[in-house]
Amino acid sequence: MFPLAEKDKPIARLLFSTGTCPRCIFRFCSVDFHAPYKLPYKDLIRELENFLKTESDDLTLEATKPPLKKIRLQDGEAQIDNQSQNGGEMTTIVKDENMILEKSYLNACNICLGILQEFCEKKFIKKVCQKVESAGYEFTNLVFSVSFPPQLSVREHAAWLLVKQEMGKQGLSLGRDDIVQLKEAYKWITHPLFSEELGVPVDGKSLFEVSVIFAHRETDEDCHFLSISCPDCFKPAKNKQSVFTRMAVLKALDKIKEEDFRKKFPCPPNSPKGFCSAVEIECAHGAVFVAGRYNKYSRNLPQTPWIIDGERKLESSVEELISNQLLTVFKAESFNFSSSGREDVDVRTLGNGRPFAVELVNPRRVQFTSQDIKELQQKINISSDKIQVRDLQLVTREAIGRMKEGEEVKTKTYSALVWTDKAIRKKDVGFLDDLKDLQINQKTPLRVLHRRPLAVRTRIIHTMETHYIDEHHFRLHLKTQAGTYIKEFVHGDFGRTKPNIGSLMNGTADILELDVESVDVDWPPALND
Amino acid sequence: MASSAGGIAPAAPSLVDRYFTRWYKADVKGKPCEDHCILQHSNRICVITLAESHPLFQNGKTIKSINYQISANCSRLQNKVSGKFKRGAQFLTELAPLCRISCSDGEEYTVSSCVRGRLMEVNENILDKPSILQEKPSTEGYIAVVLPKFEESKSVTEGLLTQKEYEEVVVKRINNRSETS
Repeated sequence: MFPLAEKDKPIARLLFSTGTCPRCIFRFCSVDFHAPYKLPYKDLIRELENFLKTESDDLTLEATKPPLKKIRLQDGEAQIDNQSQNGGEMTTIVKDENMILEKSYLNACNICLGILQEFCEKKFIKKVCQKVESAGYEFTNLVFSVSFPPQLSVREHAAWLLVKQEMGKQGLSLGRDDIVQLKEAYKWITHPLFSEELGVPVDGKSLFEVSVIFAHRETDEDCHFLSISCPDCFKPAKNKQSVFTRMAVLKALDKIKEEDFRKKFPCPPNSPKGFCSAVEIECAHGAVFVAGRYNKYSRNLPQTPWIIDGERKLESSVEELISNQLLTVFKAESFNFSSSGREDVDVRTLGNGRPFAVELVNPRRVQFTSQDIKELQQKINISSDKIQVRDLQLVTREAIGRMKEGEEVKTKTYSALVWTDKAIRKKDVGFLDDLKDLQINQKTPLRVLHRRPLAVRTRIIHTMETHYIDEHHFRLHLKTQAGTYIKEFVHGDFGRTKPNIGSLMNGTADILELDVESVDVDWPPALND
Repeated sequence: MASSAGGIAPAAPSLVDRYFTRWYKADVKGKPCEDHCILQHSNRICVITLAESHPLFQNGKTIKSINYQISANCSRLQNKVSGKFKRGAQFLTELAPLCRISCSDGEEYTVSSCVRGRLMEVNENILDKPSILQEKPSTEGYIAVVLPKFEESKSVTEGLLTQKEYEEVVVKRINNRSETS
């Protein structure tokens, strides 16, 4: 089971004597199967000690002395204070080594700063899982993401240079990629523990994310010398707290010359006093999406909150009436409402309704049967007589694209109550029924010009059907291309939509009421309730 | 509103009444009776029109021509705006001329912006058919569309007359005229 071979011995001994933990030693010896990493830490220490001692103790001493001395000297170059304390005598070194072996049970590793030590212990995983459970999420799998302090990359680099040099002595080489990544080893150890504790698999594609951020204040300054060596890697950005991001540090490490690095940073890295700390343990669930169709029966209800100069014009909106119910049931953090087009505050949406979708951000509850969704739909419908929803269903993020496509290309049908200045008889409006695929040119309506570009858009009125009411009124049913401004087509918008109902009738027309009768988008699929 | 479908004559307010506030400026540039009417939409956009009391609408005048070329090197017809933020618009002060209207009786009238803001468009329809200006001065016969700066959307109309004030001005004018005659 113990994975190190005779050829690994010099490296293992060198690293172990400088305060490196057994699992980091495995990593630098390119042990790329999982099992050894999962052994209990105590066993690893014991086995490693045995491994390093199997040959006679004399030999061990002989082999250990020279590299150790060299290390001390290098260390001294960087930290003159240390040298005076340690004296530099052979005896001290031997004593030091014993001390290190003793303390290995407790001391933080000089490379991983404890990540592959106490943060791999069941105790820590249990602590994370307790947080997960108390957060109250529904999940069937999880993805575990970790963020390590950036100085770990610096320390990893220093250890790599050290090991590379040692192997060079034996005529061997060690590429950056030959080392097992810290993140990889950490996953190998922790993933099975999470699975066992939470009873669900760890899956990189899971929407449920448990994230842990590690920090190690004591060694935060490890990175700072890099900003002097490679200033262009560390440009401040607005949304960054510190310039020393992991990516920037990696870039700088890639650029810096080996000798420059060695001058500025001890190889091996010195032993820290304490372990990393898990400064943040958080859970988040990826967004889920609900789609459906809504009817709007009120002429005093905007589609989205209507706020001017920070003041609410009307107390509610279609968006809120639907989404607030969803928000409660999904226990989500927030929502984003979208729909296939929109209607004005004074326009009703009848017929099969308008397709909409709601993104529920960071939902706690995500498992619903079709019966649950049906009940949810009823709940929304009972809550307000101004709106109704149908075809409510869970959908994927990708599917919502179809709704937005439909917004551009599909036709819509409307019913408008039209007033004319001139007295009309039934036969005066009938000619409109004969106009098929009438092409109109619409300048951006004045009512939206303040927020949209000025343009002339060509739109098609596919069909019209008139129903005479009295000498100043008729009802007009229209089927039009998406993106047609109906109100403007009726009243002409100061002659800016041409032709318009007024101009077609050689007079003035106005629109008194407008209803959307259908939005001809075939998504989401209709459900038979 | 549904009751309006019942065949009663429309008490419903017009398009302009529903969405716009009427503001007036009397005797623009000191020229008697050359009154303008500014229709401000609730979204701050202003439509520049001539008030009904403007001499152009008196005594059966006919318009000979409308000219948006207001100086040798500035034509309002060349105004182009692009994008959501309407880049490239000509900027207008209150006194900026928009067009000159010549009548067959030799009279010429200058239409001014009356509000500070950026010119969105001028009404080209009245070039082909000047009679629209006289027939529907407050809708299809508009002169231009001006977008005031966001922060000036209230203040641009400060120096202008309200509907009531304008009506008083017109009444006073008629009274004065009858006194002098």
